[in-house]
Amino acid sequence: MLLAALVIMPLLGALAAYATVRGQRAWLLAVALLHLGLTGSAWLVPPAPAFDGWLALDALGLLVLSAVSLLFAVVALYVQSRATVGSAGRGFAAWLLTFLAAASLVAVSHHLALLWVGMEGTTLALAPLIFLRRDRRSLEAVWKYLVISSVGIALALLGTFFLATAQGDLAPGARPLVLEDLVAGAGGLHPVWLKAAFIFLLVGYGTKLGLAPMHTWKPDTYGEAPALVAALMAGGLTSCAFLGIARVSEVTAAAGLADFTRPPLVAFGLVSLAVAAAFVIGQSDVKRLLAYSSVEHVGLLVLGLGLGGAGAYGSVLHLVNNALAKGFVFLAVGTILAAGVGRAAGSLRAAPVSGMLLLVGLFAITGSPPFGMFLSEFTIVRAAWAGGHPWIAAVMLTLLALIFVGLAGTILELLFHSPPGQQPRVRESGWVVVGPAVLAAGVLLLGVAIPDPLQDALARAATALGGAAP
Amino acid sequence: MTLWTVVDLGVVLVLAPALTGVAARTKSLLTGRRGAPLLQPYRDLVRLWRKGAVYSTTTTWMFRFAPVAAVVTTFSATLLVPFDGQDAVIRFSGDFVALAGLLGLGRFTLILAALDTGSSFEGMGASRDATFATLVEPALFTSFIVLALVTGERSLSGMLGSGTTAAWGHAAPSLAMVAVSLFFVLLAEGSRVPVDDPATHLELTMIHEVAVLDHSGPDLALLLYGGALRFGLFAALPVGVLAARGTLPAPLGAAVLVLGSLVIAALVGVVESSMARLRLSRVPQFLVAATVLAALGVILQVLA
Amino acid sequence: MSLDRLADLLLLLVLLTGFLILGTTRLTTCIRGVAAQGALIGALPLVLQPHWTAHTVGLATGTIAIKAVVLPWFLTWAIREAAVRREVEPRVGYLASMALGVAAVAAASAVAARLPIPGEHSHLLVATSLSGVIMGLLVLATRAKALIQVVGYLMLENGIYIFGLTSLDRVPFLVEIGVLLDVFVGVFIMGIVVFHINREFDSLDSARLSELKD
Repeated sequence: MLLAALVIMPLLGALAAYATVRGQRAWLLAVALLHLGLTGSAWLVPPAPAFDGWLALDALGLLVLSAVSLLFAVVALYVQSRATVGSAGRGFAAWLLTFLAAASLVAVSHHLALLWVGMEGTTLALAPLIFLRRDRRSLEAVWKYLVISSVGIALALLGTFFLATAQGDLAPGARPLVLEDLVAGAGGLHPVWLKAAFIFLLVGYGTKLGLAPMHTWKPDTYGEAPALVAALMAGGLTSCAFLGIARVSEVTAAAGLADFTRPPLVAFGLVSLAVAAAFVIGQSDVKRLLAYSSVEHVGLLVLGLGLGGAGAYGSVLHLVNNALAKGFVFLAVGTILAAGVGRAAGSLRAAPVSGMLLLVGLFAITGSPPFGMFLSEFTIVRAAWAGGHPWIAAVMLTLLALIFVGLAGTILELLFHSPPGQQPRVRESGWVVVGPAVLAAGVLLLGVAIPDPLQDALARAATALGGAAP
Repeated sequence: MTLWTVVDLGVVLVLAPALTGVAARTKSLLTGRRGAPLLQPYRDLVRLWRKGAVYSTTTTWMFRFAPVAAVVTTFSATLLVPFDGQDAVIRFSGDFVALAGLLGLGRFTLILAALDTGSSFEGMGASRDATFATLVEPALFTSFIVLALVTGERSLSGMLGSGTTAAWGHAAPSLAMVAVSLFFVLLAEGSRVPVDDPATHLELTMIHEVAVLDHSGPDLALLLYGGALRFGLFAALPVGVLAARGTLPAPLGAAVLVLGSLVIAALVGVVESSMARLRLSRVPQFLVAATVLAALGVILQVLA
Repeated sequence: MSLDRLADLLLLLVLLTGFLILGTTRLTTCIRGVAAQGALIGALPLVLQPHWTAHTVGLATGTIAIKAVVLPWFLTWAIREAAVRREVEPRVGYLASMALGVAAVAAASAVAARLPIPGEHSHLLVATSLSGVIMGLLVLATRAKALIQVVGYLMLENGIYIFGLTSLDRVPFLVEIGVLLDVFVGVFIMGIVVFHINREFDSLDSARLSELKD
C-alpha cells in the first residue's frame, strides 16, 4: 500500500492544489513533506511488492525515489517564497505534484510498461512548467522539448514492445514485462529481440535523459524554464530516465549480453562528455551552461554503467550526487536571476548566500574534492583503468578538465565581476536558502562519509546492475 | 509459335484503333456527352490516308521517314509480346530490353522529326516528351524485374505467360503492384491524362501533340495508327499480368485478351474523365510513383 | 479471400498510404492519408485474430474512432483555426522523399526477414511496422510545417501500434498503452492552434527566428 500511496497521494494533492488557488503552495509543501516521510519510512521498513509484483521497491528504485523526493521537498520549500514563481498561473503546483506522482511511478514500478507510462507522465507534466513564463522564447523551448521528447518516448515504447517480444511464449506463471521474471528467465529470452529492445530503449530513454546527440532540447529548455523547474529536470527527470535504461541493463546483464551492451553505453557517455566540453566553453548564459553540465553528468552516468564492475557503483553514487548537486545549484541560480540581477553578474555581492552556494556548487558539479561527485567520478575513472581501458580514463579526465575550465570561467566571472553601478541587494528569505543549503551539505557528506544504510543500498543497486561495490 | 499466336497478333493490330475509340467514348459518356462513334478512329485513318501531305520547306528526309519508322518499330515491338498468353512471334532471352529499345527508337525518330521542323514550339514539345519517356523507363524495367523474379523467366513470353498464372498463388501483392504500375506506364506512354491531355487544343498544354503537329495526310494516319498500336501493346501488358490465360484454351484466351484490353481502355477513359492533367512539374512525381510501386513489388517479392 | 490474404492486403495499403503522405503536395491529402492509415490499422486486430473477443472488438473500434475520426477531424479543425496555408513545404524534395521511402521499405524488409517473428505472424507485419516507423521519422525530419510533423508523428505511432499487434494474444493490454501516445498528438495540435505555430516559428517574427542557439 505504501508504494501505491507514493503515487496516488501526489495526484490527489495535485487535484487539491488545482482546486484551491490561494492555498496551492501550502498543499505543495504538505504533500512534498508527506512524500518525503513515506520515502524515509521505506528506508526503515522495506515495503512489500504490490499488485502482483507490478510495484516493488528494490535498492535502485529506492535510491531514485529518495533523490527525487528530497529534491522535490527542497523545491517545495523554495517555492514558498513568493519571489520565485512570480506571476505563475493557478496550475503550477498541480503540475509539480503530477510530476512527483509520475516520477514516483517510474521509481516504484517493476512492470516495464508501467514504467514507460510514468516516463510519459513526467514528459507531459513538465511541459506546462517549462512554459510558465508564457513568452515566445519559452514557447519555442517547450515546443522543441515536446517534439524531441515525444519521439524519444515513442521509440522507448517500441523498445518495450521488443522486450515483450523477446519474452516470447511465457513459462506458466511468468508475468510479461515484469522485471523479476525478465531477469529470472533471462537465459530464455530471444537474444535478437533483446538486443533490439536495448538499443531502442537506450535511444528512447536517452533522449529523455539528454544524452548526446539527443540532447539538443536541453539547453533551450533549461535556459527558458524557471530555475526550479530546471532543478527538478536536472535532478529528478534525469534520475528517472536513467532508471529506465538501468532496468533494461539489468535484464541484458542477466542474459549475458554485457559484451553487446557495453560499447554503446560507453560511446554515448563519451560523446556526451565531448559535446558538453565543446559547448561549455564560452557559454555566457548560466542556465544553458548548467544544461551542458547536465549533459556531462548524464554522460558519466551512462559511461559508468557501460564500464561495469565498480563503474556501476560509481554510476549509482553519481546519480544521487547529481540529483542533489544540480538541485541546489539551479535553485541558487534561480534566486539570483529571479531578483532581476541581470545575467547574474556580480552576484556574490548582490546575493551573498546564493552566490556562495553557486560558488560551492561550481566545485561540486565539476567533481572537486571533498564533494561527493569527486568520489563518484573517481570511481568511474578507476573502473575504466581497472577494466583494461586506460584510454577511456584518459579521455574522461581530459574532458572533465576542459569542462571545469569552461564552467569555472563563466561562473567565476558571473560571481565576481560586477558591472559598474550599484548592484541592488537581493532579499534572500529563509525559504530559498535553507533547502539548497541542506542539499549542499548532503553533497559534501557524500564526499566525506557515506552513511551505512546508503552504502548498503548503493552496493545492492550496483550488484543488480551487474557490477560490484569497490 | 502456334497459329493462335499469329491470330492474336492480328487481332491486336486490327483492334488497336478501336481501343483509343473506346477510351474516348467512355470519357465522353462520363462527362455527359454522347461522344464520337466507336469506329471513328478507323474512319479518321481512312480519311487521312486519302488526303495529300503538305511538307514544310524547312524539313528534310527525316520528317518523311519518321512516321514510317515509328510504325515499323512499334510493329516490331508487338512481335515480341505474347498476346496469346503463351508465346510471341519472336522470343529470346532478354527480349524485354529489346522491346523497350524498339519503342524508344520509335519515339526518338518522332522527336528528331519534331526538331527537324526548325520551330521552337515543336522543340519544346519534343524535349518534354523526351523527359517523360526517360522517367517512364525505370518504371517499365522495374515491373519487368518483378515479373522476372516472380516467374524466374528472362523472356517476355515466359514472364507474361503461364508462369505468372501460377505465381498469383504466392506472389499476389507483388503482381498487384506490377499491374498498377504498368497501368501508370500505359497512361504515360499513351500520352493520356494525367501525363498529357490528348484532346487539348491549347498549344501551351500540348506535349505529345506538339511532336505530331506538323504531319498531315498519310503521315498523320501512320502516326495515329502507330500511337494506337502503342496503346494496344501497353494495354496488353497489364492484361497479361492480371488475366491468367496460360491454362485456357486458345480461343478463350483470345476472347479474354480482347475483353481485357477493352476494359483497360475503358478504365483509361474513366481516369481521363475524373482527373485533370497534372502540372508539368508534378508529372515526374507521378512517374516516380509508378516506379515506386514497382519497386515495392520487388521488395515484397525479395522479402518473401 | 482468406484472412491471411486480407491481412497482407491491409498491410500493403498501409504502406501505400505512407507513400501517399510522402509524395503529396497538399496538406488535406496528408491528413486523409493518415486517417485512412488509421482505419486500416484499426481493422487489423479483427483480421489477425479469427476468434473475436470483446477485447478485440473494443480495441478495433476505439482505434478507428481515435485514429481515423477524432484526430483527423482535430487536424482539419486546426488547419481552419490557425489559417494554415494548404501546401506542404518540404525541406527535401518530393522525389527524394519517395526514393527515401522506398529505401526505408527495403531496409525494413531486409531487417524483418532476418528477425524471428513471434507467433505465426508474417514477415510483412514486422516489415510494415518498421517501414511505418522510418517513414514517420522521415516526415518528421524533412517537413518544416508543424502540422505535417504531427502527421509524421502519427505515422510513427501507427508503425509502433502495428508492431504491438504481434503481442496481442500474449500481452493483451500492451497495445492500448500505445494509445497514450495519442495524448501527445492532442497536445501538439492544441499548441499549434493556440499559439499559431506554423513553420517552426518562421511564421510570426522572422527576425527572431532562431533565437535559441549557441
